[in-house]
Amino acid sequence: MLALEGVWKNYRLGAFGTRELTAVRDVSLRVGPGEVVSLIGQSGSGKTTIGRMVLGLAAPTRGRITFDGVPVAGLRGRALRRYHRQVQGVFQDPFSTFNPVFKADRVFALVRDGFFRSVPAARWRQRVEAALEGVRLEPADVLDKYPHQLSGGQLQRMLIARALLLDIRLLVADEIISMLDASTRIDVLNLLGELKATGLGVLFVTHDLALGTYISDQTVILRAGEVVEAGPTEAIFTNPQHEYTRDLLAAVPHLHRRWDEPVK
Amino acid sequence: MALHVDDLRVHYRTLRGDVRALDGVSFAVADGEIMGVVGESGCGKSTLGKSLVRLDNRMKQVGGSVTLDGEPLPIGDDRAMNRFRFKSVSVIPQYAMSALNPTRKIGRLVADLLAAHGISYSATRPELLRRLALVDLPETVLDNYPIELSGGMKQRVVLVLSTLCDPALLVADEVTSALDVSTQQAVARTLVEFRDRGYVRSMLVVTHDISLVYQIADTIMVMYAGRLAEKAPSDVVVTEPLHPYTQLLIGALPEVGARFSDRKLTGIPGRPPGLRNPPPGCRFRARCPLAFDKCAEQPPFVEVAKDHRVACWKAGS
Amino acid sequence: MTDTERMEAPGVPALAEPVAPLVGRRRETLHFAARNKKVVGGLVVILAFLALGVLAPLFTTHGPNEYVGPPAAPPSADYWFGTTTFGQDVFVQFANGIRSTFLVGVLGGGLAALIGMTVGFVAGYRGGLVDELLNMVTNIVLVLPALAVLIILHAYVGITSVPMQAMFIGLFSWPWVARAVRAQTFSIRSREFVDLARLSGMRPLAIIRREIAPNMSSYLFMTFILLFGGSVLMAATLDFIGLGPTEAVSLGLMMNSAVHWSALHLGLWWWFVPPGAAITAIVGALYVMNVGLDEVFNPKLREM
Repeated sequence: MLALEGVWKNYRLGAFGTRELTAVRDVSLRVGPGEVVSLIGQSGSGKTTIGRMVLGLAAPTRGRITFDGVPVAGLRGRALRRYHRQVQGVFQDPFSTFNPVFKADRVFALVRDGFFRSVPAARWRQRVEAALEGVRLEPADVLDKYPHQLSGGQLQRMLIARALLLDIRLLVADEIISMLDASTRIDVLNLLGELKATGLGVLFVTHDLALGTYISDQTVILRAGEVVEAGPTEAIFTNPQHEYTRDLLAAVPHLHRRWDEPVK
Repeated sequence: MALHVDDLRVHYRTLRGDVRALDGVSFAVADGEIMGVVGESGCGKSTLGKSLVRLDNRMKQVGGSVTLDGEPLPIGDDRAMNRFRFKSVSVIPQYAMSALNPTRKIGRLVADLLAAHGISYSATRPELLRRLALVDLPETVLDNYPIELSGGMKQRVVLVLSTLCDPALLVADEVTSALDVSTQQAVARTLVEFRDRGYVRSMLVVTHDISLVYQIADTIMVMYAGRLAEKAPSDVVVTEPLHPYTQLLIGALPEVGARFSDRKLTGIPGRPPGLRNPPPGCRFRARCPLAFDKCAEQPPFVEVAKDHRVACWKAGS
Repeated sequence: MTDTERMEAPGVPALAEPVAPLVGRRRETLHFAARNKKVVGGLVVILAFLALGVLAPLFTTHGPNEYVGPPAAPPSADYWFGTTTFGQDVFVQFANGIRSTFLVGVLGGGLAALIGMTVGFVAGYRGGLVDELLNMVTNIVLVLPALAVLIILHAYVGITSVPMQAMFIGLFSWPWVARAVRAQTFSIRSREFVDLARLSGMRPLAIIRREIAPNMSSYLFMTFILLFGGSVLMAATLDFIGLGPTEAVSLGLMMNSAVHWSALHLGLWWWFVPPGAAITAIVGALYVMNVGLDEVFNPKLREM
């Protein structure tokens, strides 16, 4: 479904564009229908850049990103909109994703303006309510409210509902739960797990290895823009091949096991 | 007993009334103890950390007292606290590493800070270099600008700076949250090492990451909605939590290796109460699966087992 | 709960925290605006002058340029501001002059705002080559000696009416607005709600209009106030040196005439003091209001 082949992203920096920064280096990966692929990397690894390129918000400098065989980078206008009917994204900070001067349900109105102009208001309302119920939100709790009146978890779920309104096939989830409290994180993760069962593909971008393993089928470990290790999640976590992966796993704080070195 | 906090109440003033950020918090930290203060957003953990050093002009202390080494800590009086700040009580605020003045070299920063507290830079320099070497920072770091250093390096500089005067108490507020997992481990270990070497006597590590704090803390204190929920040695809190909130919180943490397909974890439904007009009684009541009538009365934070305090009517039964 | 978190340092990677909504903020803004002495004081002065300029001419029986009274008469019960050397009623001139002052402020300021904001938004949103080109244009206009150009224009084209004067002023006052709006747009553009709008199929112009501008509304408002004041001052300057519209009455023109007919030497202070004081008061009040509004919109500057 989604395929990245030898993707590079270079940025020009400096006063006259003299310096070059390579954010993504020769990355290839695939996401199939109903598959969750975790893209795990620390800060500066290029994972967010990859997410943005998949969403069509930035273009790769080299290489191809294709969806069902169609290249994503060159899409414009109507073709781009058609692409966004199938691929959507949710970002890290729910309070930055909702424009603070408007009510939260405006994001649904924007989808209607962009994609469903001809749908009558009553039927649209029904669709919105159905989508909200699909993400386990009570329409009465979240409609007609401002972002600050809702919790981060509710807002992120509303964004997932928004993506579902478009009947998407691939969701790019960029650190969607790292800014949520522990008690709400798991609800959003569980939701993704359920949606996966209905055929939704997810590119799950995160820095947190524990979150990366919970729902994903495939894992890609990224370091400084390059793929260090990739494969089935189970295999990577039980039998990491690359030293970097091993170091990462060793540094993760566990709840029932201390880091190797004695503390006291 | 190094630190003694007794029924501390701190409110924030806002246009629409007082927000009761800390509503009766009592605990003690022993000499040489690292205590992890965990909780979710709005629980008051950051307020607790801040109020031990400086109450900014929107916070006011409405009750309770704090004692350090037997001497009362005048947290309500900004001037009087000058004597204690940096020398007896030091705090690493949230985002400290982003707050380093970008136009000053680290060395100048240190010199200015020491001068502000009446300490000679040249006299302290040898010890400063020793400690920088301890955290694997070269002497040249003093000639760098903050932007030339990585997040982990900046955090370590801040760590060394805050403990230069060997304070009796260090409050570290979310010092690991912006860092990569391996740097996190390095910084956390440095905290422990500083305690082991006596650079800091006791420590309060404030964070939302309970797994991290389990790695380094002797005791863990769980806060909820401005009050204390549970306090016990870290092993006990993690393996035998008695407060329903702690139990649910731990149950909601995905570990590396936990799979959705094998065992689905559950979160805690609902949200913490607003602190302007908090509900009477136990503040967790609305979300607690074990709530019953008596919960309408605030349970006291009492010791139910050795060194294990809980604020719950159902604990110990 | 939410308020406590707002007190703590906000930003990544803190746990997500909310911002007040527009409705709540508007009410809060009005609350603080009504209490801010600078805002209220400035507003009162502006409204007083406006009222004078709008209402007074309706109640006077003669026009500003008519010769009605004894020449060079000091203020009296009949002629509140006295008369000019030709016997024109200074007060009537004054009141009519205020009208044109406000007109030039609104038109000139409005035009400058329009151009500046358009250039700023487009440059800030698009970046790249478009940004470079617009920056160049901005810098050129900034560097042009406006006065010299206006003199030349006046000599060739002749500035005959107040709207025309306003147009020329507007064409030269916008560069700083473009710079400021561009900078703000840059920072807002990288916010995630702009990405979301793009993912919802919104076109760039719509994004600027509906997502970015509303977030800068307080800033845009203050920009307009400053442009208004700047226009008034510029117009007064131009009128004073004789580059003003030839067919209108304005405060600057009054001062120009006063100097031209040696009012200073002859001691006819009532001819040039009122217009000068009025311009100072109006522009001063606007700037004071601006400072006050900055305090109102920026919670950190308020005294709690």
